Amino acid sequence: MIPRDRISQSIRAAAAGGGPALVAYLTAGYPRREKFRDHVRALAESAEVVEVGVPFTDPMADGVTIQRASVAALAQGVSLHWILEELAALGPLPAPVLLMSYLNPLLAFGPQLAARAAQSNVAGFIVPDLPLDESGDLRAALTREGLALVQMVTPVTRAERLKQLCAGSEGFVYAVTMTGTTGKNVAVPDDVVHYLDAVRELAPVPVCAGFGIRSREQVERLRGHVDGVVVGSALVEVLERGEDPRAWLKALRGR
Amino acid sequence: MNAVATLSHPDRLLADLIAGRLPDARGRFGPFGGRYVPEMLIPALERLESGVREHLKAPEFQAELAAQLRSWVGRPTALTFAPRLSERLGARIWLKREDLAHTGAHKINNAIGQGLLARRLGAKRIVAETGAGQHGVASAAACARLGLPCTVYMGAVDMERQAPNVGRMRLLGAQVVPVTSGDRTLRAAIDEALRDWVADPLNTYYLIGSAIGPHPYPYLVRELQAVIGREAREQIVAATGSLPDAVIACVGGGSNSIGAFHAFVPDASVEIIGVEAGGRGTGLGENAATVAHGRPGVLHGTYSMLLQDADGQIQETHSVSAGLDYPSVGPEHSLLHALGRVHYTTAGDDEALEAVRTLGETEGILPAIESAHALVGAARWAREHPGRTIVVCLSGRGDKDMQTLLAKLIKEPA
Repeated sequence: MIPRDRISQSIRAAAAGGGPALVAYLTAGYPRREKFRDHVRALAESAEVVEVGVPFTDPMADGVTIQRASVAALAQGVSLHWILEELAALGPLPAPVLLMSYLNPLLAFGPQLAARAAQSNVAGFIVPDLPLDESGDLRAALTREGLALVQMVTPVTRAERLKQLCAGSEGFVYAVTMTGTTGKNVAVPDDVVHYLDAVRELAPVPVCAGFGIRSREQVERLRGHVDGVVVGSALVEVLERGEDPRAWLKALRGR
Repeated sequence: MNAVATLSHPDRLLADLIAGRLPDARGRFGPFGGRYVPEMLIPALERLESGVREHLKAPEFQAELAAQLRSWVGRPTALTFAPRLSERLGARIWLKREDLAHTGAHKINNAIGQGLLARRLGAKRIVAETGAGQHGVASAAACARLGLPCTVYMGAVDMERQAPNVGRMRLLGAQVVPVTSGDRTLRAAIDEALRDWVADPLNTYYLIGSAIGPHPYPYLVRELQAVIGREAREQIVAATGSLPDAVIACVGGGSNSIGAFHAFVPDASVEIIGVEAGGRGTGLGENAATVAHGRPGVLHGTYSMLLQDADGQIQETHSVSAGLDYPSVGPEHSLLHALGRVHYTTAGDDEALEAVRTLGETEGILPAIESAHALVGAARWAREHPGRTIVVCLSGRGDKDMQTLLAKLIKEPA
């Protein structure tokens, strides 16, 4: 199976079992780089997709938790090269791994990025500051290796563009559930649920909701309206406190 | 990706630039520019782009802007011949006096223009970032003038070293929010202003302070600052009967310089020189000389020259002038550099401080430390081209720098 199809398949399997699937995010090397492999393995055993955040000095789409995690990871010398070496050393995992990175570290890595990522069992990328319109070069490189480039859609995205983004997204569609940066707890109002239903109608791949998801109540509210949920800042805080991510994800799933 | 070692059609790109065909439909100046932002901001940028297309060149908007520039900003600003400085430097030096514009720098040209545009677009509030505080003060003033609420993000480090400007902004009715994330200077303030904008992209207008950021900002800011070069070109021709031999301006993000250069880019006989902050050395973190020491990358929504490490992490910068302390540069400058149309050079902290003193003593004008970098470039060019005519963009006045100037330049009698 080509890597990008592992992502949608893993999410669909969980959704079929009553879902929603969990896409679990961590900032690579945070809180301590010695723990990175353990954490990735733990998330891969308890979530359907693991999203590994590549730290960047200027994470403009992220809230305070991931900013703090990024600074601390960079201070420990975490780099994309190191992350790919660690993932290669981990070998195949029970859940597909996505890299979430701002564009500049990817540009700096150079043209061997897609091949190196594939060798490290990475199944795809999420690049929050790379809109569909600018993504041609990276998309072509990733396609050659069978890797996904996930697109984000938002509640303020206009209808025509929403269609293009859904058609252009690979692995899943990342549906932002609120305006704003990551990490704030939000109730899920009716119009957001309607918006998610509309995205799901359009998307040929699964739809996962993200930004601000941290409670079982939110997950319950989204059940039936999405195929999966992305948990980021809340999970980073769990790891920050040294708690067991498996137990927390299990509680979030509620079954 | 987007490798820029060589430009494929430099002559055509220069012709396109001169003909006003850049930025292109994708917001690019050749390989540079573009729109690298979270999806959340795309609708706001599309709306801004169509607003710029609809209003910026419309006679009604231009008349409104011209009236504000004349009666409130104080334009046209003077072009001052500097006889004693000319004698000392051995060339004929003319100063384009942006220091005489309202609030003391060129920043106001952009702030009032974008403020007028924001009002037309129905914005409920304005957010802005500021480093030295000049753009923050200009934004606060423009918003007060236009009756728009204004929030200014400012790095906690900058708030401390530019305390008087914080007070000025507050007196002008702006809310000043300290930024404690990242490097706690201009770069972090831009990150934070972008986050604010992401949170409410349709009611908030982001009034960016330099010719940087995602399309259409580099174009919009250039158009609003181009008044500097347009006036200077007319004034120098009226005063001397011919074009200058060189035009020189300091470059941080690059708004006063792109404004000063734009009208002269088609004049092949005019040498154009941008002066970046050389800080205290050539090593990483010792300067803010992006063109001199950077390589292309993406920061704050645009592909341009960037001070970064091998992993693509953005580098901290140093300059004695907070206004030049930025790790990237507007995308149009990156193209002008790649085309060789503008020559970029650097001036160090100490040279710039000395140039502040020289201009004060010879002409009775205390320039901003930023603008003094341009004077260093002018002195150097004058040595190589004695007797020629140089227009220097004096982008701002030095009052804001008194704390630094007192500490560095005034020696107590022993």
